[in-house]
Amino acid sequence: MKVQAGLLAVVLVGSLAACGSGGGGAGDADAAAKARGPITIWYSNNAEEVAWGKQMVAAWNAAHADQKVTAQEIPTGKSSEEVIGAAITAGNAPCLIFNTSPASVSQFQKQGGLVPLDSFPDGKQYIEDRSGDVAQQYKSADGKYYQLPWKSNPVMIFYNKKAFAKAGIDTTNPPLKTYDEFLATSRKVVASKAAKVAIYPAPSNEFYQSWFDFYPLYAAETGGKQLVADGKSTFASDEGKKVAGFWQTMYKDKLASPEKYTGDAFVDGTAAMAVVGPWAIATYKGKVDWGVVPVPTSTGKPANEIHTFSDAKNVGMYSSCKNRGTAWDVLKFATSQDQDGKFLAASGQMPLRKDVATTYADYFTKNPDYKVFADQASRTVEVPNVPNSITIWQTFRDAYSKSVIFGQEDPGSALDGAAQKVDQLVKQS
Amino acid sequence: MKRGPLTRVLGEHPVGTAFVTPYVVFIAAVFAYPLVFAVYMSFHDYFFAAPGAIVDRPFVGFANYATVLSDPAVRRAFGNVLIFLVINVPLTVVLSLGLSTALNSAIRWRTFFRVSYYVPYVTASVAVVGVWLFLFNSNGLVNSVLGPLAPDPSWLVNSHLAMPTVAIFVTWKQLGFFILLYLAALQNVSADLYEAASMDGASRWKSFLNVTVPGVRPATTLVVLLATVTGANLFTEPYLLTGGGGPDGASASPVLIMYQRGIEQGNPDVASAIGVLLVIGVLILALVERRFVGREDR
Repeated sequence: MKVQAGLLAVVLVGSLAACGSGGGGAGDADAAAKARGPITIWYSNNAEEVAWGKQMVAAWNAAHADQKVTAQEIPTGKSSEEVIGAAITAGNAPCLIFNTSPASVSQFQKQGGLVPLDSFPDGKQYIEDRSGDVAQQYKSADGKYYQLPWKSNPVMIFYNKKAFAKAGIDTTNPPLKTYDEFLATSRKVVASKAAKVAIYPAPSNEFYQSWFDFYPLYAAETGGKQLVADGKSTFASDEGKKVAGFWQTMYKDKLASPEKYTGDAFVDGTAAMAVVGPWAIATYKGKVDWGVVPVPTSTGKPANEIHTFSDAKNVGMYSSCKNRGTAWDVLKFATSQDQDGKFLAASGQMPLRKDVATTYADYFTKNPDYKVFADQASRTVEVPNVPNSITIWQTFRDAYSKSVIFGQEDPGSALDGAAQKVDQLVKQS
Repeated sequence: MKRGPLTRVLGEHPVGTAFVTPYVVFIAAVFAYPLVFAVYMSFHDYFFAAPGAIVDRPFVGFANYATVLSDPAVRRAFGNVLIFLVINVPLTVVLSLGLSTALNSAIRWRTFFRVSYYVPYVTASVAVVGVWLFLFNSNGLVNSVLGPLAPDPSWLVNSHLAMPTVAIFVTWKQLGFFILLYLAALQNVSADLYEAASMDGASRWKSFLNVTVPGVRPATTLVVLLATVTGANLFTEPYLLTGGGGPDGASASPVLIMYQRGIEQGNPDVASAIGVLLVIGVLILALVERRFVGREDR
């Protein structure tokens, strides 16, 4: 019965859209932008963000009895994006979601599900004042902001000091700067049996997995290029092929595994390294004695020149929101310097605001492990904010998976083929 | 006898109509309407939109079907599911009939075995997938037993073996349900027939072939049809067991591609076209199977 179930899932969401009645034209939108009253918000379901969300809502509600915020964790689904997409279609999305993936913004925008934050008189200025130049990456194709850049998790290379020591590798300054160094270190780890594999990026085929293998290294190799820029794909370049070649060697020499892993290979000791952002530190506490370095480049660029993938999650305001005036005020309150500081302290994730390291200098003095992420946060690359974004990433992943992970095609020609398809997808937009 | 207008509308037994109506409404709302709507979507440039959003969804004729049929990933997924069915359906019939016949005899621990075969069926795929990943990965139990005969790349990342492994997984998981169907059917095979066969000097094997197999033919038709329908709708196993239809799409199924295109990538029109083609394909396959397997039922 799954055929009917599959069609049903697709259709029920569709029919809700077909049956939906008017939610507001331009006039309604203007009125809604000024309207104040109770609102609902969703936040992520990890313990750290829940704790922060609860205190933020309590602080707001204590001072605004007439504009009460009701908060809950994002309902469970295969992914947050799927749940949000269904909620937009059904017209029951909350006013604000503090977990909006930048890759999905173009799709939500096409659905008519997002409120452009520029529609508030101080919207554009607030975003750009808070985040600085980084904000530009989050503008949509029409030049508007449909998301507030909230927080990033700059992706870096974590290493297990114990495993490195066992392999006879320097644990304070491990040779991981160049591809050659990284490969040599990986070979040492595997040969010494310090871990079964050197690193274990998820080899599965979901569209987003390239954000944690190819993309951080590509950002570093290119000095901060996005996958698509100026209406064209960029990855079938020499730099892109170098990155693909590096990962191909990792898989071919069995330094990384093409097999799916259930659990956390880094925590379990199956892998000696992980490519991940600071959100993971909480899960390593008491389990892994870790160190962290920037992602490698072919020439071994100095750390202060290395870009990486941001792994950001942002805040979107959804068009089903009636009291948008309150929602905008809550959004500013939740991303104020004070609340961003509390968020950093609770989660270790980097608020997407300029000068994080100096603004929260006390925090980084007390938590020196996190300082390197604050520095890296100033050089992050986002997924391109273009229509067909998810299809573009899936197209890229299919080609990468076939060539780099499973070695069934030359990575260079696979990237060339994917680039042609991606260029077509960008043109369709 | 002259019939009144109410009788003409509600029939001779209005109470019967009243009893049937809720189910008809259920079928119409949950199956018929979505199916018709899916066909509608497949002929339009359709995407999900917020209530009140002004969007254009023009009629596009067969454009979505052209997109689907020219997509190598979709064609491969349909090919994969055929491989799956060729392995899964015969294996399901043979194993479930053989095991149910064994379980129907007076063997020791019969109840234990019956429960054992049924447990995988009632356990969520998500829960047992982890065990199979452990069994079939390169350092897993199966490869340890096989030693030098273990395939490289290992089962679930081998483009030739991934789909057969998924087919075996699904066969094992659903076996309990089909054994139950056969056990019920075996109760209807008269003991006199076995006795007569025995008096004619038939061996156990001959009795099985000439009494049991024809005796449970209606159940076999049902098992073949159900195994085909559930197999054609394969989703959870390639999604979880082979990491999204890997390696390189070798275990991708049409429903997995529907999920990717329709839900993840926001193209429900293309997903609907795949779904409609799948429904048509399954119907044709079911008719062919019914013609061959169920020929004595006509």
